[in-house]
Amino acid sequence: MNAIEKILSRASGRENVLPGEIVEANIDCAMVNEITGHLTIKYFHEVGAKEVWNKEKIVMILDHTIPAGSVEAAELHKIMREFAREQGIRAFYDVGRGGISHQVMMEKAHVKPGDVVVGADSHTCTYGAIGAFSTGIGSTDMTAVFTTGRLWFKVPKVIKVNVRGDFRKFVVPKDLFLKIAKILGVSGANYMGLEFKGSTIRDMSIDGRMTICNMVIEVGGKAGIVEPDEKTLAYMKSRKNDRFSIMRSDPDAEYERTLELSVDDLQPLVSCPSAVDNVKLVSEVEGVELDQVFIGSCTNGRIEDLRIVAKILKGNVVSDRTRLIIIPASQEIYLDALREGLIETFLLSGATVTNPTCGACYGGHIGMLASGEVCLSTTNRNFIGRMGSPKSKVYLASPATAAVSAITGRITDPTSFKSG
Amino acid sequence: MNIIGKAIKYGDDINTDVIIPSRYLVLTDPRDLAKHAMEGIDHSFIKKSKDGIVVAGKNFGCGSSREQAPIALKYSGTRCIIAKSFARIFYRNAINIGLPVLECESLWDSVQDGDQLSLDLKSGNIKNLTRNISSQAQVLPDFILELIEIGGLLNNLKRARV
Repeated sequence: MNAIEKILSRASGRENVLPGEIVEANIDCAMVNEITGHLTIKYFHEVGAKEVWNKEKIVMILDHTIPAGSVEAAELHKIMREFAREQGIRAFYDVGRGGISHQVMMEKAHVKPGDVVVGADSHTCTYGAIGAFSTGIGSTDMTAVFTTGRLWFKVPKVIKVNVRGDFRKFVVPKDLFLKIAKILGVSGANYMGLEFKGSTIRDMSIDGRMTICNMVIEVGGKAGIVEPDEKTLAYMKSRKNDRFSIMRSDPDAEYERTLELSVDDLQPLVSCPSAVDNVKLVSEVEGVELDQVFIGSCTNGRIEDLRIVAKILKGNVVSDRTRLIIIPASQEIYLDALREGLIETFLLSGATVTNPTCGACYGGHIGMLASGEVCLSTTNRNFIGRMGSPKSKVYLASPATAAVSAITGRITDPTSFKSG
Repeated sequence: MNIIGKAIKYGDDINTDVIIPSRYLVLTDPRDLAKHAMEGIDHSFIKKSKDGIVVAGKNFGCGSSREQAPIALKYSGTRCIIAKSFARIFYRNAINIGLPVLECESLWDSVQDGDQLSLDLKSGNIKNLTRNISSQAQVLPDFILELIEIGGLLNNLKRARV
């Protein structure tokens, strides 16, 4: 069996499972945010439930609309806050306590290798980075989890993505995933899992693995997964959580198919409006004028991303023609960036830095785009109207491409940039 | 369960952000969400959605896990969605709230906006009454049919608690 099959077997109390089979799995951890969680709470009351199945296994995080920018958002926060209090859920991350849910779930060790984790947010697939099976679900399914602790899953077929080679300077895991999106297309892995393997993945940091697992949903995937290794163990140790069992794919595990990739010659890529698989070389669209550059999100708002950005921005200023918004993914990352001097570099360059939030990525809170505006963003979706006006346009790229482009005010290939 | 309605046709990869744009997700009344259904690509949708049957291409509902997407469609009066294929989370969410969804590869090519459609949910048989053409959708598994018939997963959970 492959790792995903092993995890689902374990969680459903079975010897083995086959792709396509329906299993009912015990959930190790369940996460909601304010946008999806308020519906779950409403439904929870509607079905007449009194107590959640396990208050230690539920995590509630405010992230999409923090701090509240409207009375409506504040009401959602209040619903979440009151429910956490009433149910005795300790893992409630209020304004100023956490940040973007997927980053917080990892930092605070709510996820372990081998776990089955569901989140009422599509980017829950991020935690495959440490070898968990994690997937996004809706608010009603989450009500079933809150009340029973169980949920049915169709065991997915899995595509093996075997990646070899070394990234060139300023080419990063985001570029690798955009390459995968170009190959598979936005529905190419619909209902499937992606297992990332190979020397490039073994060399990749947990931050980088989170980026590629995070974007699995953008090709329709159910979950991404990376086999735990010494980097995973070190990460878990640093998070003071070392009680877990590791599930590895058998050498003869079966896959739907295998994708062989090399990153040796990979160049910076950009996903053009308005589909994630509309991928071109950055060099092909160089010169497109930008009204806004956004660096952040559950895809690319981690410390490693911010370090690359600071390296590029140091001693430079953001072009007069554009504006740069930087959002660290969590309070912890914000503090690390502050201590490392990255925030100072950002501010001196003319960027604005906001508190950790989904913010501009989600187009419902801050950093929104006006009609006709063009944004280069390190986020995960460039759908029509994703970041504001339906008449705005979003290009997706890496933090390196975003930082260099902020300096020039136009889409610019970072590999030609001379850093100090 | 037999459903009759007028076809409202869209293409491939209709995502959750155009079905219900993010800025409306702070709204809690489903009727308010419905006012903005499909606003991302079609401002006229809400005028024609009552008793409408959305006919779409591949990967309908891709993107976010927001259940507000099928909720907005359901409360706009949409009776059913028939697509060549669905994105995973949307598909589950729609069934969970009792909004029928059917997969049919052949219907899309033969249907025009405004055609009168009649479908039998159990057999998956779709009749285009305007053009007198029949299409066959994939038959839904019994447990999914049952969920739709009782109005969604919440009613199932309520029953389980009695």
